[in-house]
Amino acid sequence: MYITLIFLGIIMATVITWLLRQTFNTQPWISEAADNEVSGSSMDTNSKAVALTVFLAVATSIFALFISAYTIRMDEPDWRPLAEPTLLWTNTFMLILASVAYHWTRNAAVKGLDSRVKSGLTVSGAFTVLFLVGQVVAWQQLNAAGYYLDLNPANAFFYLLTAIHGLHMLGGLWVWARSTMKVWTGADSDSVRLSIELCTVYWHFLLLVWIVLFGMLLST
Amino acid sequence: MAYVSIADRDHEAEHHDPDTFITKYVWSQDHKVIAIQYGVIAILIGLVGMLLSSAFRLQLGFPDVFSFINPENYYQFVTIHGMIMVIYLLTALFLGGFGNYLIPLQLGARDMVFPFMNMLSVWVYALSVIILVASFFVPGGATGAGWTLYPPHAISPGTPGTDWGIILMLLSLGVFIVAFTMGGLNYVTTVLQARCKGMTLMRMPLSVWGIFMATILGLLAFPALLVSAIMMLFDKLLGTSFFMPAMIQAGVATDTVGGSPVLFQHLFWFFGHPEVYIVALPAFGLVSDLLSTHARKNIFGYRMMVWAIIAIGGLSFIVWAHHMYVSGMNPYFGFFFATTTLIIAVPTALKVYNWVLTLWQGNIHLRVPMLFAIGFIFTFTHGGLTGLFLGNVTIDLPLSDTYFVVAHFHMVMGVSPVLVVFGAIYHWYPKMTGRMYNETLGKWHFWLTFLGTYSLYLPMHYIGFLGVPRRYFAMGNTDFMPDSAITLNASMTISALIIAATQTLFIYNMIVSLKKGEKSGGNPWKSTSLEWQTPDTPPKHGNWGHSLPEVHRWAYDYSVPGQAEDFTPQTVPESEVPVGRDHGTDH
Repeated sequence: MYITLIFLGIIMATVITWLLRQTFNTQPWISEAADNEVSGSSMDTNSKAVALTVFLAVATSIFALFISAYTIRMDEPDWRPLAEPTLLWTNTFMLILASVAYHWTRNAAVKGLDSRVKSGLTVSGAFTVLFLVGQVVAWQQLNAAGYYLDLNPANAFFYLLTAIHGLHMLGGLWVWARSTMKVWTGADSDSVRLSIELCTVYWHFLLLVWIVLFGMLLST
Repeated sequence: MAYVSIADRDHEAEHHDPDTFITKYVWSQDHKVIAIQYGVIAILIGLVGMLLSSAFRLQLGFPDVFSFINPENYYQFVTIHGMIMVIYLLTALFLGGFGNYLIPLQLGARDMVFPFMNMLSVWVYALSVIILVASFFVPGGATGAGWTLYPPHAISPGTPGTDWGIILMLLSLGVFIVAFTMGGLNYVTTVLQARCKGMTLMRMPLSVWGIFMATILGLLAFPALLVSAIMMLFDKLLGTSFFMPAMIQAGVATDTVGGSPVLFQHLFWFFGHPEVYIVALPAFGLVSDLLSTHARKNIFGYRMMVWAIIAIGGLSFIVWAHHMYVSGMNPYFGFFFATTTLIIAVPTALKVYNWVLTLWQGNIHLRVPMLFAIGFIFTFTHGGLTGLFLGNVTIDLPLSDTYFVVAHFHMVMGVSPVLVVFGAIYHWYPKMTGRMYNETLGKWHFWLTFLGTYSLYLPMHYIGFLGVPRRYFAMGNTDFMPDSAITLNASMTISALIIAATQTLFIYNMIVSLKKGEKSGGNPWKSTSLEWQTPDTPPKHGNWGHSLPEVHRWAYDYSVPGQAEDFTPQTVPESEVPVGRDHGTDH
């Protein structure tokens, strides 16, 4: 559980430090005029960005717990590591490309370049789908090689972790599909700018998670 | 930057005035309707949980008299009772119910930041409740594994409900977590981003602080339950052995090898302990507001109360293994977790002192909400004190499997939060409905419930001390069960039945007062916080009419010396405070 504790420690420390800084040195019992300084929103950003940040904390918690469970279960004597298919390297590369493409799209959206946004979205979506298809093929390869899900906890964790990561990716693709539909049916890039910016953050996050998971699977 | 409220920034999202019955009461995106939907569903399923407890109490008090209770459904009743009360009643009611109602109103917002997601949240929650109830009607019935669902017995033959019950249970928990996450994202974002002008974090009522911190805990802790539920579903459905060790069942070795049941316990309690505070922190917050309002005195040590909430929230993540002393662990770990457990008593005790000091020299009005709030101080202190015993490894080991633990956690996280729930419902009932409840019925409800729970749980500590084990269907003839304990068991069952019957007073009062209650007016308690200053009661869609309120002070300006009234609403600027006779508490 150390890994989870470290992750949650960081999250909680951030929350607590922020809250203490907001609340320290105030004298709430003294009434003051409601001037413009005393704003009602704590962060000068869109609420959706705040919600995404909170959601990323939730997702981090989920993955950290899975990783903790993995390391604890790994210590039992019946653990037999599996040979990861080389296809996973290609998939990782696809996901990196998807992330880069999304970042490029984001830059285009910020500058208001409609046509680049269109092609950028298409390319990032295509790489993401390739990644997911690659993951399914990797499953089939493992299955064909006899690494069945119920044979060993190492196999089970492999299928489980990739599935959970893939599900998060699918959730991202749903938002991606909505902005892509919008752009292709004639909306300008401004209307999807926020969605693209947030998706970029989400893609980077899922890339990071995948690299951590992949590294862990390779090294154990 | 010039202040523009978020509520007015995202115009199109907020002003979708509902016009049909369906959009107004069923698929409503109004936080107040969603709050009441959450509340009604939670109370209905809570009543089911209460009936289940009455049923198994019958068996405990009068063994083998009632033939409809056999060992299988005894365990099913106990399991689902625990599950319902902790998750589907208290978590949903505090965060989904009070969170939804109070956050926008107390912070001066028109609605939650994401109303559509809020609506999804309540209906997904309803779905999780339906799945839970459905588990009683599938082949084999509901799971009887205990609310902690420990493997291996939770999914091994011999335990009730290992065919379908456990699958539906885990599925229902997963669905609940999805619902909670959608709601939780809303609560956190709304608190951070949608407060009205002048509402700084340190002017928020403590109710909002408690709900806010509990939501953060929930968002970070429920994933642990989700992870363990998913892994157990894999073990059950796909034949993996994450948790399932090598076993011999009826003389035959099972397929499972090497799984770690203790891993499940770690994951479960990593959720399970913060869950205690997910239930307790909103109760702390709400009860603070109730005490302050009805004692006509500012809450004692507001900043300390806020920091205690934050500290308890942080500490609640590093105490989980005190639920696992009997599972065996490195003695140093036991020492660590015992220490953190006892440290958490410090901020908690601070809160109790501050509540009592709020009452000190206050102008106490013993109305129904206040009775429940004061009752809470008693039951919570009582339950907290036994917690100090159980936090120590050496005392926990002999007591862990006895009724002492059952009595402890029922006092601290069963009775106490429920008393706050009742107090808070009575307190905000006039705002939700525009009518007053019946005061006499409310007082009967309080006294019967309060004294009833004491007559139920005080003797339970005693029989726990005698060593009477929990979780048993029948005790048989055992040496440690003297006649007095057997008689006490019967009397506890009678108390439980009386408490259960008393709740009909509450339900009756709530329903009949909807039509027959006196009109309450907008601010019957002369309260300072924003929800009592709305232009309409009950507040209309959008809450605030044309313009949002502006806040000039904290929510606890009661009996300020030199002012004409004994309360100054948060919306009143300093220049407009009527000056007059002295209400100070320094007489």
